[in-house]
Amino acid sequence: MSQTDLYTLVGSALFVIGLYALMTRPHLLHKVLALNISSSGVFFVLVGIARRVGGPVPDPLPHAMVLTGIVVTVSSTAFALALAKRIYTETGTAALDAADVDVGESLGG
Amino acid sequence: MTSSGWFFDILLVATLVWLAVRALAEVKLFKSVVLFIAFGLLVALAWVRLSAPDIALAEAAIGAGITGALLLDAAGHMRGRAEPYPASPDAEGASGGDTDG
Amino acid sequence: MGKVTAKSPIAVRVAALAICAGVGALLARAVLAIPETEPGLAPLVDANLAVSGVKNAVTAVLLNFRGYDTLLEIAVLVLATIGVLSLSVTQTGTWDPIAAQADPVLSALARFLAPVMILVSGYLLWAGEHAPGGAFQAGSVLGAAGVLLALSGYARPIWVSRFALRAAISVGFVVFLATAIGEMLAGGLLLEYPADLAKTLMLVVETWLTVSIGAILISLFIASASPAEELRRRSGGGE
Repeated sequence: MSQTDLYTLVGSALFVIGLYALMTRPHLLHKVLALNISSSGVFFVLVGIARRVGGPVPDPLPHAMVLTGIVVTVSSTAFALALAKRIYTETGTAALDAADVDVGESLGG
Repeated sequence: MTSSGWFFDILLVATLVWLAVRALAEVKLFKSVVLFIAFGLLVALAWVRLSAPDIALAEAAIGAGITGALLLDAAGHMRGRAEPYPASPDAEGASGGDTDG
Repeated sequence: MGKVTAKSPIAVRVAALAICAGVGALLARAVLAIPETEPGLAPLVDANLAVSGVKNAVTAVLLNFRGYDTLLEIAVLVLATIGVLSLSVTQTGTWDPIAAQADPVLSALARFLAPVMILVSGYLLWAGEHAPGGAFQAGSVLGAAGVLLALSGYARPIWVSRFALRAAISVGFVVFLATAIGEMLAGGLLLEYPADLAKTLMLVVETWLTVSIGAILISLFIASASPAEELRRRSGGGE
């Protein structure tokens, strides 16, 4: 087990944790948090993969991708939060009513 | 890698996963956000462990700083009003279906 | 929309758990299947670092080798900012100080820290040529300085007009695109820096990118943090 394995596995775990919360948590703020944690998981996998070069200096290409990814994540988070706050203002709640959704519908089938 | 390095890595990733689970399982929005900010700070530490100082710099300013401020602000707005629906219908014992308008 | 009982979330949760377990198992398999050592594109980057104009490999990838990605990325940032500004009711990008009566300690701390953060931002921009740093880190610190000021109750300075803020948001993308097209007009390819001018051009692009990223992050915060009460009042009465 190398450091690459450790961090790519944890990245996968974080991605799945975020995915699960995205599907099951009704509150929009939790969904935004879930997306952020999922994207952290993706970044862990990318940076973990960058460690495989063997030498002390990792592959800079995934690093550059993650750097742009972080900045894109914050901008999409801001946009999502602006939308969520607007929904809250218009409807009085930012929680999607879980009981109001068909099981089949929420699973896309 | 040295054994102390391994110890630190494993402690770090275990804390990260724990914080992620806690942040998403927490019912109170404010606590969720604070746990997420802690998560973001530790992620910056993980970038240093993975020899990615470029990313760590950006993460410390953005992941914990600006994202945290945005989320705290959003949580404040959403909590500031009495909600017709509990903050988390997902909580145990919450009965959904009677409050939709 | 079919109504189901309050127990339905449990069914949803079980299904979600099954999906996530499957995805997680596949992901774990995939990441463990990748070769232990694999040079990737690192040798290619090393070989061309000398002609890139900078000594920091990450900056070289961001601004030179994969400049196309960075150009599109700043475009995404500008688009997201336009979206947030459109949703903001005030549309002015002004900040209604939630902390108008900010306590003097916070206020003094912000006044002391903000110039230091701007200085750090400038240093990071310059250091990005040979050390960890660059436009993204510098812009992030600049944005954080702005958010700190906003949170401490400092409003947008009067000399920063709405137009100036919008210009700052878009200037990075515009300069980057102009540079890219200029290189093409000068006989090269899109985003192909002439070797002797590479360092200068990249520094110019990075400087404006820093300004833009800082302005974008500040705007994202200020515009999205428009007061909920006002939002409620306007949407309740205006539509």
